Amino acid sequence: MQAFKTALIRSVMGELKVHRVRFFDYMPSAVRALAFEPQRERIAVARADGSVEIFNVADNFFQEKVIPGRETRASEALAWVGERLFSAGLNGEIVEYDVDNHKVKYTLDAYGGPIWTIASNKQGTHLAVGCEDGTVKLFEVCEGKIQFEKNLAKQKGRIISLSWHPSGSRIAAGMMDMIRVFDTETGQSVHRMLVERGIGTAKSKECVVWSVVYLTDGTIVSGDSSGKVKIWDDHTGTLIKSHQVTKWDVLTLSASQDETSVVAGTSEGTVIQFQFLSMVLGQEERGWVRTRTFKNHTHDVRSVLEINTAIVSGGMDTQIVMRPLLDKIEVKTTATAFRKIQFPHRNLVSCAKKTGLLLFQYPTHLELWRLGESDGTGMPGSSLPIKRKPEKLLHLKTKGEEHICCSAVSPCGEWIAYSTVASLRLYRLHCDNNNVSITKVSKLPKILSSANQICFSSDSSRLFVASTCSTVHVAALSQTECKFVTTLKSKSGSGQAIHLLAASEDGKWLASANSAHEVHVYNLKKMKVHCTVPVYSSGVSAMAIHPTTNNLFMVHADQQLFEYSIEQKQYTDWSRLVQRNGLHHVWLERDTPVTNVTFSRKNPAHIVLHDMYMFCIIDQTLPLPDNKSQFYNQLTLRSLPEKERKSQSHAFKVCKTYKELLFAGLMEDQSLVVVERPLLDITAQLPPPVRQKKFAT
Amino acid sequence: MAALYESYTLCGLVPAQNSADSGIQGIELDGDEDRVIVTDCARSVTVYKVSDQKPLGSWAVKQGQRVSCPAVYNTQTNEYVVVTDEKIIRVWKDEEVSLDKAFKATVSAEIYRVHSAPEQELVVLFQRGAVRLLDSLLTAPQQPIEEVLSQEEVIRWSTVVRAEQRLILLFSTEQKGEHFLYVQRFSPNTLSKHRLETEPGVSAPLSCTATFRDGNIHLLYLLRSGGVYESILAARPAVSAPAEEIQALPRSLLLQLPAGDGELSCASLLPLDQAHMAVVGVPHPSAGTGKDFLCLWNTHFQTLQAARELPGRIYGQMWCYSSKLFVCHGKTLSVIPFECQKSSLATAMGKLKQTNTNESKGPALVPSWNDLLHGSTTQTHTQGKSRSLSTRRTKTSSKTQPCPTVEQLAEDIKVSAVQEVERKVQEFLSGAEQEALHLSAGRLACELVARCQAEPGFYPHAALLQLVETHYLCHSVCPDLLMLALEKSDFRLCQFCLQLFPDIPEAVTCACLKTILSVPDTELERMDLEADSLLFMKALTQSPDSDRDQQNGFCPPPADEESCDVPSETAALGPKPPRDPLALDMSCPVGLHKGALLNEILQTAYSDNLLLPHLKDLSVSHVILLLQYLRFLYLKYSQDAHAQIRTLRMPAINQILDWVCLLLDAHFTVLVLTPEAKSLLSGLHKFVRSQVKLYSELGKIEGSLEALKQSKQSQEMGQYSIEVLELF
Repeated sequence: MQAFKTALIRSVMGELKVHRVRFFDYMPSAVRALAFEPQRERIAVARADGSVEIFNVADNFFQEKVIPGRETRASEALAWVGERLFSAGLNGEIVEYDVDNHKVKYTLDAYGGPIWTIASNKQGTHLAVGCEDGTVKLFEVCEGKIQFEKNLAKQKGRIISLSWHPSGSRIAAGMMDMIRVFDTETGQSVHRMLVERGIGTAKSKECVVWSVVYLTDGTIVSGDSSGKVKIWDDHTGTLIKSHQVTKWDVLTLSASQDETSVVAGTSEGTVIQFQFLSMVLGQEERGWVRTRTFKNHTHDVRSVLEINTAIVSGGMDTQIVMRPLLDKIEVKTTATAFRKIQFPHRNLVSCAKKTGLLLFQYPTHLELWRLGESDGTGMPGSSLPIKRKPEKLLHLKTKGEEHICCSAVSPCGEWIAYSTVASLRLYRLHCDNNNVSITKVSKLPKILSSANQICFSSDSSRLFVASTCSTVHVAALSQTECKFVTTLKSKSGSGQAIHLLAASEDGKWLASANSAHEVHVYNLKKMKVHCTVPVYSSGVSAMAIHPTTNNLFMVHADQQLFEYSIEQKQYTDWSRLVQRNGLHHVWLERDTPVTNVTFSRKNPAHIVLHDMYMFCIIDQTLPLPDNKSQFYNQLTLRSLPEKERKSQSHAFKVCKTYKELLFAGLMEDQSLVVVERPLLDITAQLPPPVRQKKFAT
Repeated sequence: MAALYESYTLCGLVPAQNSADSGIQGIELDGDEDRVIVTDCARSVTVYKVSDQKPLGSWAVKQGQRVSCPAVYNTQTNEYVVVTDEKIIRVWKDEEVSLDKAFKATVSAEIYRVHSAPEQELVVLFQRGAVRLLDSLLTAPQQPIEEVLSQEEVIRWSTVVRAEQRLILLFSTEQKGEHFLYVQRFSPNTLSKHRLETEPGVSAPLSCTATFRDGNIHLLYLLRSGGVYESILAARPAVSAPAEEIQALPRSLLLQLPAGDGELSCASLLPLDQAHMAVVGVPHPSAGTGKDFLCLWNTHFQTLQAARELPGRIYGQMWCYSSKLFVCHGKTLSVIPFECQKSSLATAMGKLKQTNTNESKGPALVPSWNDLLHGSTTQTHTQGKSRSLSTRRTKTSSKTQPCPTVEQLAEDIKVSAVQEVERKVQEFLSGAEQEALHLSAGRLACELVARCQAEPGFYPHAALLQLVETHYLCHSVCPDLLMLALEKSDFRLCQFCLQLFPDIPEAVTCACLKTILSVPDTELERMDLEADSLLFMKALTQSPDSDRDQQNGFCPPPADEESCDVPSETAALGPKPPRDPLALDMSCPVGLHKGALLNEILQTAYSDNLLLPHLKDLSVSHVILLLQYLRFLYLKYSQDAHAQIRTLRMPAINQILDWVCLLLDAHFTVLVLTPEAKSLLSGLHKFVRSQVKLYSELGKIEGSLEALKQSKQSQEMGQYSIEVLELF
């Protein structure tokens, strides 16, 4: 009786069995290039695996879109032309992306050998690419395509970096041991500026001009492999000033919009700012002065950007760092805070809730794991003895060169689907005891050629495939085949791709969210749009439909929470209460978005959310915390006697025991699965950083 | 401590090209403290206001004439006096514009210098050594002037010193490489001549100064070698008739300044107060050989207190008026304010935080040595400090008004009866200030001990005890006290000394030990020892099962070969079961009182190497007794008996074992040959062996416990775990 009583109390208080998983070897790819589009404040990030990510600077640096990579395509450089995004790489191709639908629009061979760099002029009329064969090729940007216009005077030696003069009449090219300035009209070289090599052993090595920046007043700034940032004058073609900033390479440069500041990224992982300041206070004469040094990276900084109020940098250590420039920030908000982006803002893990299976999505393969089991109970904080170890059931490699863009396992664990840009594949999984086999569903309807997001219905009878232009294809699954049912299309006609899908437990509703922040709810019985949730200014980072109340729970990139009653087509009272009260400032100050929402079957008022650093159970029956109360109150509550806990507790039960979370979700049996990926493990897999002389080494 | 403050320039100098002359003859104090008269080498006399750094007035003689001695100010008549062309005395007032119209008088011999001292008449020194007061000279300017000096004797330096309302003029002369000092005293006018000792072949002292202090004239002079010598002259003329032989002036080396490479050339020194001295033109001791430093030295502690590098050439000219140094260097005359604070040993050693003048001053934490030793004869420099000292002094005196001073008490001790002395000492101790006791307690103890040693019947036990209990005594303050206590068999005092003195020499410790061991227990029983120590001994000697039950669940292990039974030589005394390990021989070999005293010995500080030779003096029986006692303690301790005893002081087990080792080291061969010691040693050996075995087993356990702890930590980092989490 006593034991029963304690067990009861514990279950009421919220004792959870947690599967702590660390065997997802997620490895982000190094950052190769960054490009900023100032009109819409988007940053495009090219990674070494060929993928391109687009971040919305205005929306808490939310990763809005991910264009999956391809085996042989590694972009060396990115260029925005208006809202069009181009990249070029060492495979010699120029790529234009279909940004709306998260895929490549077309590729074009430049016929100049490997391309090192691509740059667009300010007018948005031309693209210049620098090729291995020593040519700078100009392309005219036309509607829907680009057209080769001409080669500038061919040089000996590769073109490493390019920068247009803002007027578009000249272009500066960084090469081996020199910088050339071309007249874009005539195509002739105007200046040839020799860059001296490094001293000592570096003398015999060519000096690579990794980056050039051409400013309006005719100043050319260059960064090279001898570790110098040099300031040149294009009228005379002479060196004005040279700053030795590192013993290693200066890999990248970026000028601010107003051209008063230039930042340089080095192999040491530092970012160094130069500012155009008057040398003597109050006098007109100004010069480039080295002002600040930031060290946020352990490895090469491959690309750096100075955007309006921050410096964004990325490199070999795979993280993207946004460092606010405090002198340009007037009001300090969470949007302007220092940020590191280490994990993707989407889910790479899907789980079969009913059978305890986890599907991990890697770029070129999928892994399916069965969770372990334990019997017995233990005191809170203890580890339970493991009766059955977790088991890797499946290692599924993709066909072709394209990387996986989305994947899903059905709740029953019998179906696995994944999609690349080129194809969608569906597999049926047979698990009998120790034998696991899969069969590919061979004849998929033609319309299911690729997907931006895949989702199974809760009874695994249907497959929802988010396709181009915000359409959702519905397919019916039976034992052996997959039959196309219908295509759901919203009325708004937005061309943006859907990045989140959520099906209701009763099979009646499907919700979709796209990059235009639109959330549509479809009635699956009638196969038509039921309603559209009022558009919120921030993107949806996670959403789910409540199994019993059919309320759509949405979490946005700015950390706001909304609960929308699908049946009543309005926000629920709780959601209104949250909006009226406002969320706790500690909640709003978190800098990683919530990437998963699950519900507790046993306690309908519980909602489980997680971001990178914590998971949280929101108890809707408890009062909301006001701004004065302690937000992380678990330790306090633990120390209080049970009777007082109730008065002290609030709706947000945050647990920070598990960190660096890729996934956290409740299974059918009320156990929690957390997938951790310690950053230390990621760092351990990076190549060694450049050797730096430390004291006494 | 002394400090130099920010310097400022009073005026520029016009030194002649390549000349060693600064262009200034002298600086004298004007009537006002803030005004000085600067006389240059050529023709002009200028009065400056020092704090404003500006001239107030300037007078010059005509072209062709020359100012031949520094102008002085007569404070009695408020007139300036200067000598031009050696023979013409000019006297003028502040408001007069031209020197030519001033009063002049031509005298019959060449004047060397006119000296002034505050509130005193001006004194004129002639080049041939004659001295006149200015007033009397001016009444008859053409009066004949006698020649005091011999033909080849020339005056090198002169000064005037004010000693107790009287003036004393000193001047030094040089004649054929020999140096003499003349001291001219007035009313009655006497002139005495002394020979100045200098190193052979060395020219005149570089710089001389004279100051009057404590009834003596202190003459300081700096030689080219860097030595600063002090000679002391009596201010009053010697009663004895001047001897025919010219006496060499006794001198003492006050300070050896670093001379750098070779000799000093242009240097000057000035005493600032009793302990401080300013020197210009000598090298800084830690800054190479450059001689352009102004240094403040403390002559008591021989320490450099402050230094400043002066740019430009140093001319070896320096004056000091109202806490400001006037130094010529390069092309400027700089004024450098300074401050000399009273030096105490505490500040010199860095123990006392130096209070700055601008800080608020609390009462000094450490008594000044001067104040304590010399009473109120010395003055403090800074106003705040002297105030704080004086307030304390008055407080002290007011408080100790009814009780006798240390001196009085010391005198009383020499004569009074025992009861009287004890009463007075008690009175004094209850009334005296804590700080003063530091010094007086030692003094009184010494006096008492001296009297005791002189008079065998005199022994103020209570007074000595009280003095020891002040905690201000230590062995080195009164070395004979402990031995006296032993002699008089005052073991209570002895015990206190052993407890409280941190510095008892090993020889004395051993002497105490010897005495304690040799005194029979019955005699000691009557002694009144400290209660705490007796309590400890009582608790220790009580058998553990007599007053408390055995702990629950404890069952004695069966006796085996290795069990530490100690066969005792006293086994015959008690009918104890021979091989019961619990019934170790736990009878204390010494009485309670002796044990308590021995414990104090064990707890004194010592160093092995010094103690060992003295330990050898103990007789065999004493050694065996002590060893038995130590073994008793050791056995008790290893039973954890001491852990239950609540006392403030008890010997630590390490101390006990150290003493066992020392004793064995000192007497090993003797003990081996002594039959009585055999059983004792073998018992001890067995016990130690069993202990070693126990500890080695414990060592093994430690290893496995450590491993357990580590395994608990490392279980964390798995790839997968199922954990239980509780959320509230």
